[in-house]
Amino acid sequence: MPILSIMILLPVVAALVLLTLPGDADERAGRARVAALATTLVELLAGLWLWAEFDPSTAAFQFAEALPLFGPYLTWSLGIDGIALMLIELSVFLMPLCILASWESVKTRVPEYMAAFLLMESLMIGTFAARDIFLFYLFFEGGLIPMFLIIGIWGGARRIYASYKFFLYTLLGSVLMLVAMLWMVGFAGSTDIGVLARTDFPKEAQFWLFLAFFASFAVKMPMWPVHTWLPDAHVEAPTAGSVILAGVLLKLGGYGFIRFSLPMFPDASAQLIWLVFGLSMVAVVYTSLVALVQHDMKKLIAYSSVAHMAFVTGGLFALNTQGLEGAMLMMLSHGLVSGALFLCVGVIYDRLHTREIGRYGGLADTMPKYALVLLFFTMASVGLPATSGFVAEFLVLLGLYQTSTWATFVLTTGIILGAAYMLWLYARVAYGKAAGEDTRAMPDLSLREVAILAPIVAATLWMGIYPKSFMAPMQPAIAEVVARLEGRELATVPTDMTLSPARPALIAPAHAAEAH
Amino acid sequence: MITLLVFLPLLTALVAGLGGRAIGHTAAKAITTGGLFVSAALAWTIFIGFWLNEAPATTVPVLDWIESGALRVQWALKVDTLTAVMLVVVTSVSALVHLYSWGYMEEDPSQSRFFAYLSLFTFAMLMLVTADNLVQMFFGWEGVGLASYLLIGFWYTKPSANAAAIKAFVVNRVGDFGFSLGIFATFLVFGTVSIDAIVAAVPQHAGQTFSFLGSTVDVMTCLCLLLFIGACGKSAQLGLHTWLPDAMEGPTPVSALIHAATMVTAGVFMVCRLSPMFEASETALAVVTIVGACTAFFAATVGMVQNDIKRVIAYSTCSQLGYMFFAAGTGAYGVAMFHLFTHAFFKALLFLGAGSVIHAMHHEQDMRFYGGLRKHIPITFWMMTIGTLALTGFFFTAGYYSKDAILEAAYASGTASGTFAFTVGAVVALLTSFYSWRLVFLTFFGAPRWAGSEHIQHAVHDAHHGHDHAHHHDDGTAGYHPHESPLSMLVPLFVLGAGALLAGIIWHGAFVEAEPGAAFWRGSLAFDTHLMHALHEVPAWVVWTPSIAFFAGLGLAWNAYVRRPSIPKWWRNEVPGLYEFLLRKWYFDELYNAIFVRPSLWFGRLFWTRGDQQTIDRFGPDGAAEMVVVGSNLARRFQSGYVYSYALVMLVGLAAAAAWMMR
Repeated sequence: MPILSIMILLPVVAALVLLTLPGDADERAGRARVAALATTLVELLAGLWLWAEFDPSTAAFQFAEALPLFGPYLTWSLGIDGIALMLIELSVFLMPLCILASWESVKTRVPEYMAAFLLMESLMIGTFAARDIFLFYLFFEGGLIPMFLIIGIWGGARRIYASYKFFLYTLLGSVLMLVAMLWMVGFAGSTDIGVLARTDFPKEAQFWLFLAFFASFAVKMPMWPVHTWLPDAHVEAPTAGSVILAGVLLKLGGYGFIRFSLPMFPDASAQLIWLVFGLSMVAVVYTSLVALVQHDMKKLIAYSSVAHMAFVTGGLFALNTQGLEGAMLMMLSHGLVSGALFLCVGVIYDRLHTREIGRYGGLADTMPKYALVLLFFTMASVGLPATSGFVAEFLVLLGLYQTSTWATFVLTTGIILGAAYMLWLYARVAYGKAAGEDTRAMPDLSLREVAILAPIVAATLWMGIYPKSFMAPMQPAIAEVVARLEGRELATVPTDMTLSPARPALIAPAHAAEAH
Repeated sequence: MITLLVFLPLLTALVAGLGGRAIGHTAAKAITTGGLFVSAALAWTIFIGFWLNEAPATTVPVLDWIESGALRVQWALKVDTLTAVMLVVVTSVSALVHLYSWGYMEEDPSQSRFFAYLSLFTFAMLMLVTADNLVQMFFGWEGVGLASYLLIGFWYTKPSANAAAIKAFVVNRVGDFGFSLGIFATFLVFGTVSIDAIVAAVPQHAGQTFSFLGSTVDVMTCLCLLLFIGACGKSAQLGLHTWLPDAMEGPTPVSALIHAATMVTAGVFMVCRLSPMFEASETALAVVTIVGACTAFFAATVGMVQNDIKRVIAYSTCSQLGYMFFAAGTGAYGVAMFHLFTHAFFKALLFLGAGSVIHAMHHEQDMRFYGGLRKHIPITFWMMTIGTLALTGFFFTAGYYSKDAILEAAYASGTASGTFAFTVGAVVALLTSFYSWRLVFLTFFGAPRWAGSEHIQHAVHDAHHGHDHAHHHDDGTAGYHPHESPLSMLVPLFVLGAGALLAGIIWHGAFVEAEPGAAFWRGSLAFDTHLMHALHEVPAWVVWTPSIAFFAGLGLAWNAYVRRPSIPKWWRNEVPGLYEFLLRKWYFDELYNAIFVRPSLWFGRLFWTRGDQQTIDRFGPDGAAEMVVVGSNLARRFQSGYVYSYALVMLVGLAAAAAWMMR
């Protein structure tokens, strides 16, 4: 059964049906909601089936399908390894929650809105399941189109500015990446990602190819200094848009690094760790400090996302098992936690229609359930042990320490700054006294909102207490990437970095001790 | 048994916390308190087993946690003598504090939440002390930090409580920053995070060097100092101590449990748990000794001038933790643990006693509005006196045995840092006696002074509401007569009082005597029998020093606060600089605000406006936009949204790709 094709095509079909629904506006809206929810739930079930049937003992692509569409240049070639599997799980898990979150808050053009989300789901799954590099490119870039629509049509006041900024940033990177892909396919004679990942490109070429891909992935990530589209996009996007943006679209950059940059350009990756570490170090400190002074809740969480994504890049370019596994887990964890934080913002935004932190306060009194959930995700965001954030952060930093003590030292300051801005946010929203009568009058979580948030709480705890369920499928695939990187010559950096990956500097003067 | 002991508090916390509204306050309180007493009974069973040298050290695995490459981390419960001591301290004090809170929190509308937090804290603390690896210890470490944050900010409508809660969490995070780096470096060197494996492998790595932040450093020194930063954060040692006094914003039972008896001693526990590592680095030990001694001195000097009764005890705690650290630093880990053990009893007693005073005085905490209370609340008075005797080391009380042993060990260690610690420790013993008795005299002796207290005026006003109370009270009471606390609050005081009197006599043999000690600890910490023998061979003047300090401090306090109460005023007027310096806590808060807090916010704003908006955006997308507007009619001709032009670019790209492939 071509399960992956079904998962990609089903939402597209459902989206087309939604657009042609009969009835007046209200009827159409109601039907569109139900149909979209049903579709995403089917997708979730299909995703769970994938997980259950997945063989976690191998790094090979599973559920493989191939259909030569345009000869050798573009093949409908699908298949997933553990890395792709977990990201697909994340996508299908968040999608029904997004539909539910938009249930009441979206009132205009509901069928079109739902269709855009379904199209997005299809493109996201496609991105992770594509085994043909051009097919990947189509899905990867195409996934942004529904996001433009969602921000541009259902977004806030400055939506045009935000979506245009997003566009400008992504444009340049995409073109460079496409050129690099063309060269690679010409060199290797295949468009298959698996084949390309085993091709040894010449070292000089790797350098340029790496930079071309980097231009695209760094923007998607986003890394400092190409991050400024993210806060604007988040602020203008509707709640569910923010959830998908933070939850899945930000993972495309990291996925690109681990799927393309690391295995295909291992020498360049090893040589350019200083670039990635440098940008990650700046990002953590810079964006954390910026987050500290934000007045807008969504902006604050957006900046914190940039800091968290810097942990991902740091972990990936640690180039060892713990770093890579930590980075993958960080992507999953961040997808859950920051998605949930945006949902939490959405809950109170729906009630008071402002994101201004100063307009809230005292919610622990008036909305105790909400305050508890928000506390949970605040703690998950600062990486409290037993939540997913801790395991991810811990593995990233543990791996990174083996490659560079300086980078680890600077990135670890993120745990201090992160605690500062998140707890301050929480105190201003949930503690103290309500800013006004309207704030005090806000009702607590509805059943629908509890149903949206509770599954994420469960998943976050599960990943924090027993992460094995999530890590085991990814481990063979990550081991393959690590094997590609093994023994590559690392860059020497002007500042000192401890540079041999496995137990370096034990320049043990054991004999010196004996001599005494 | 250990599994039940550890997880019962978690279970009761969840029931009380999530179901508190459904089952009601009384049920929530009964479940949490009952659970804790069961845990405490189990803990004593385990402890007595170890005390009688019957129980073997065990590790009970619970669940796999993190497996990645060579890293293997398990959820597991490790029980040995060191753990057993901590189990007893944690569960006993916690059970008593639960009971005490029935009375103390009686009128609070969110009692269930309070009890849930208390039990949650106890669970995290138990996970910390039963950790068999550094990562689980870190879990407990952060878990108690969370509970501490929640409990300090329990009265969350008070801005000062919120600020204190955030400060506690963030300052602790600074410590955790060091702890984390210590764990990473430990894994790099040892290839494992299991405590047993690390301790066993210490001799192989002693004396090695590795590269850290660009310089080559001794492995063990670097590891120990990084881990010690964590200990400093949690145990409020000099530099990272600023959160502890502010933590007094929390309800008083919390101060007794978390900020006196258990959580703040986690740093001492960690150093003892990893004592074989510290033994491998003389430098690290010297640092621990000196930091401990300086903290003891600093906190004692500040404690002498504070007016808030809880703050005095908080600084006292900080100071006593300094004692524990320098005991550990001189290699006397058994002595450090002994002081931790006795301190838990008498400091919890003092805090709960202070809570009883505060309860009687309608939440007035300023000792300047106390006075003469011994006639009104005599039981509390006697219990506080017992606590003070133990803290100041009066003969045969618990503190007498442990503090003497610490000073003797510092002297006997013979190192330079040990001698320094001994000298400082002796002076601090005098200061301790002075500020402790000052507290007792200000609170319980002299004439009543509470007529000026706003809290009391409120209480009196409420009581006389509607009456015209023109009758004047010239005795400083404003007509208010404090009442003794209810039995639920007094029973814990009696139990802790018994502990403060007797714990030293009963257990000093097992904890610190050379041969019994070695048999008691059984390798769960680095126990130096030579040093313990040497305690008996110190000169007589060393043995007598603490007692002389006790009487000198008592005499000075009596002179200044009972006999001639004008003396403190004289000091205030004659040396205002010194007084201000002490009252302002050596200006640490002001300093940290100036060099950390304000610059962080300033840089944050700078990066945001100058960095993101005026540099990156201006030369990035906004700049590009201007160019587009100026130079391009082309884009306008497409008459399209950006989406379409974007799709077009993709199409063009693909067409180019196809053309290029087919050339």
